[in-house]
Amino acid sequence: MEQRKSPVRGSAAGQLSFPNSDSRSAPHNPQRPARFHLSGPPYLLSSFSGFSPAPVQPASLLPCFFSSLEGISPKTISNIGGLHQMLSLHQHIFAAVPRDSIIALPEHDSTNKYGASFQTPGGRLLIKPAEYVELVSSMKPDFWVTLADEVPAWVSDKRNRTSVDRTLRWLDDCLSLNKTGTTIFGSIVGGSSIEERHRCAQEVAQRNVSGYWIGGFGLGESMDERAALLTAVTDNLPEDMPRHVSGLGLPEEVLQGVAAGIDLFDSTYVYHLTLGGFALTFPLERNKGDNADYQLSDSGGDDMKINLKATIYRKDTSPIVESCNCFTCQNHTKAYLNHLFNVHEMLAQTLLEIHNTHQYLGFFCSIRKAIEEGKFEQFRRNFVESRRECLFAAASSD
Amino acid sequence: MALKFEVLGRFNRARAAQLTLPHYLCQTPLFMPVGTQGTIKGLTKNQLEEIGCQIILGNTYHLALRPTSELIDELGGLHKFMNWPRALLTDSGGFQMVSLLHLADITEKGVTFQSPVDGKPMLLTPEESIQIQNRIGADIIMALDDVVRTTITGPRIEEAMYRTLRWIDRCIAGIYVSEVWLNVICLGGEDKDSFWRVVAQCTAALPEDKPRYVMGVGYPLDIVVCSALGADMYDCVYPTRTARFGTALVPEGVLKLKHQAMANDIRPIDPMCECMVCKNYTRAYIHCLVTKDAMGSQLLSYHNLYYMMKLSRDLHSSIVEGRFPEFVCKFLQTMFPKGDVPEWVCNAMEVAGIDISSCCREMRFDVDKSSTL
Repeated sequence: MEQRKSPVRGSAAGQLSFPNSDSRSAPHNPQRPARFHLSGPPYLLSSFSGFSPAPVQPASLLPCFFSSLEGISPKTISNIGGLHQMLSLHQHIFAAVPRDSIIALPEHDSTNKYGASFQTPGGRLLIKPAEYVELVSSMKPDFWVTLADEVPAWVSDKRNRTSVDRTLRWLDDCLSLNKTGTTIFGSIVGGSSIEERHRCAQEVAQRNVSGYWIGGFGLGESMDERAALLTAVTDNLPEDMPRHVSGLGLPEEVLQGVAAGIDLFDSTYVYHLTLGGFALTFPLERNKGDNADYQLSDSGGDDMKINLKATIYRKDTSPIVESCNCFTCQNHTKAYLNHLFNVHEMLAQTLLEIHNTHQYLGFFCSIRKAIEEGKFEQFRRNFVESRRECLFAAASSD
Repeated sequence: MALKFEVLGRFNRARAAQLTLPHYLCQTPLFMPVGTQGTIKGLTKNQLEEIGCQIILGNTYHLALRPTSELIDELGGLHKFMNWPRALLTDSGGFQMVSLLHLADITEKGVTFQSPVDGKPMLLTPEESIQIQNRIGADIIMALDDVVRTTITGPRIEEAMYRTLRWIDRCIAGIYVSEVWLNVICLGGEDKDSFWRVVAQCTAALPEDKPRYVMGVGYPLDIVVCSALGADMYDCVYPTRTARFGTALVPEGVLKLKHQAMANDIRPIDPMCECMVCKNYTRAYIHCLVTKDAMGSQLLSYHNLYYMMKLSRDLHSSIVEGRFPEFVCKFLQTMFPKGDVPEWVCNAMEVAGIDISSCCREMRFDVDKSSTL
């Protein structure tokens, strides 16, 4: 397989610009470096509890999904002034994405020619392109993704082909319904078929969009088959347009995506980690031969994360990561977090989510740096290999 | 370090004072949020500082259970464990035992109960309660009291009172506490008319130079009345608990964010409130969060505690600046715009010597207040 061009698309120097939106009260800096992490799930879930002003990361992208906004009508969101106003996050960029990997998974069996179906806590929801566009326009995100018919890897060829046809049709619907001239990313699907991925990507590349959203991943396919599918898409896309993928969350998956030419990621990785009480601990500056002084297997941790619920941390008065600048590490100890988790206090989730998000965003920072220095492939190799070493050490020590 | 209680201003029975504690210089009247298990539900220490919390209450019973007072002691005390730089107060643990545990019983030795961990019979003595609290290391600790329901009558009450006094002596006689420094009035479950009378009687009888702490009082109206009658400190789970049910505290009373009417209301909870929540979020947004998302209850807890801290500050400054009656009238007028101030409040204010005739539709003169003076 040919070596992917790295750094991909010169994104080392790349900047994602968004036109200023009049609807927002605070003028924002439209320049954002590419390749920064979209933390999912939608803001309204408890994973973002405690993200109200204070210890929040600097500007990052947040996806949101309309079904999570149950209980608040599009008209009211509009009256408030859109998402930035409603969530009081004026410095952030918002992307509206049709899928939410936690509370609104695509329900491909129920999707039909009229609209896309999603399974939500409030029941099954069928969204037609017109409804979707109306909802998005009330939210006033910085960019949005066209409605897609996402299918998992194991559907029939026929179903897969239909999903591509539908997605393209809905893309055209969304484009024609888009009155306000907002920034749109075209959706690309195609399941686990290389040909369909090619076809869809080529078609979307001909449309007048500002970027590309690649769907259908993180729905059960394996990492091995994904690499080829990703490049089947990105090979057909213009170099100078951003590519966004949902559902790739594990650091290795992110690295795989970056190698294939992806710029924007959103996933529920941080959310799920936090829910389980796991804290990310991997050093952001990876040196080969770093001491493997980690608590392995017994507590479920490994070289990248620790399980704060484990009893070994009961009296540990050190922060999660010594050198970490996040609010949690600057103010609290593993012992305190261990206690909070054990007594099921919600502050545990808040503090841990702050740390995990900080670490995860730091990972993306390291990726960008590696690309800028022309060392991405080496960075990726080191990362993957030291993971393997650690697991090997754990396995052989039993 | 000397613990000091210095009265800075008065209006009849009401006092505004400065309370010097090892970790913080407090101003009374003050409200203490309850941080049961070493945290106020969902709020960070920065947020608590922002809001203006001076003292936080920790529950000895819960902390002794998890993570245990020994562990807290080993890690340097509760302040260090929580990283809370201001003041802490712990209760004796007795109340929770009696109310939470199935087979708790009180004898002269102490409180016998079944360990919730392994079911073994255990005994909490006054001495041990103090030892546990010393390990936790709060600025203010409480003597174990013989807890009885105030609704019972008869010899049990007298028994409880004398036993509590004997237990306090045991606490002092042991090397555990230097003096009884704070006077606590414990209530619960009685009707408002009895409630204010008990508080009034106690504050009339207790020494002037020590703070009076009324436990379990959290309704803003109750705090204003008790402050007028001469109490200084309060604690209650009410503001944070009601937040978790979607209710916000506002000058007019309460606002139920779960109501359908809130779904499209794009105003803040309280347009006059300066807190972070009211400055950033709408009722509509909080409406769609409450009961579905932890952030909903966090935002409401933040606002409600801000409200309580502001109330504390307003009580203190209005007394110090000699405008306490005006503050009380404004408070009542806002809460009862139709003038329907409850009778018990009118009666209490009369005993407190505060003229609230401008707030009431009609004054009542027919009540027998002789029993309170």
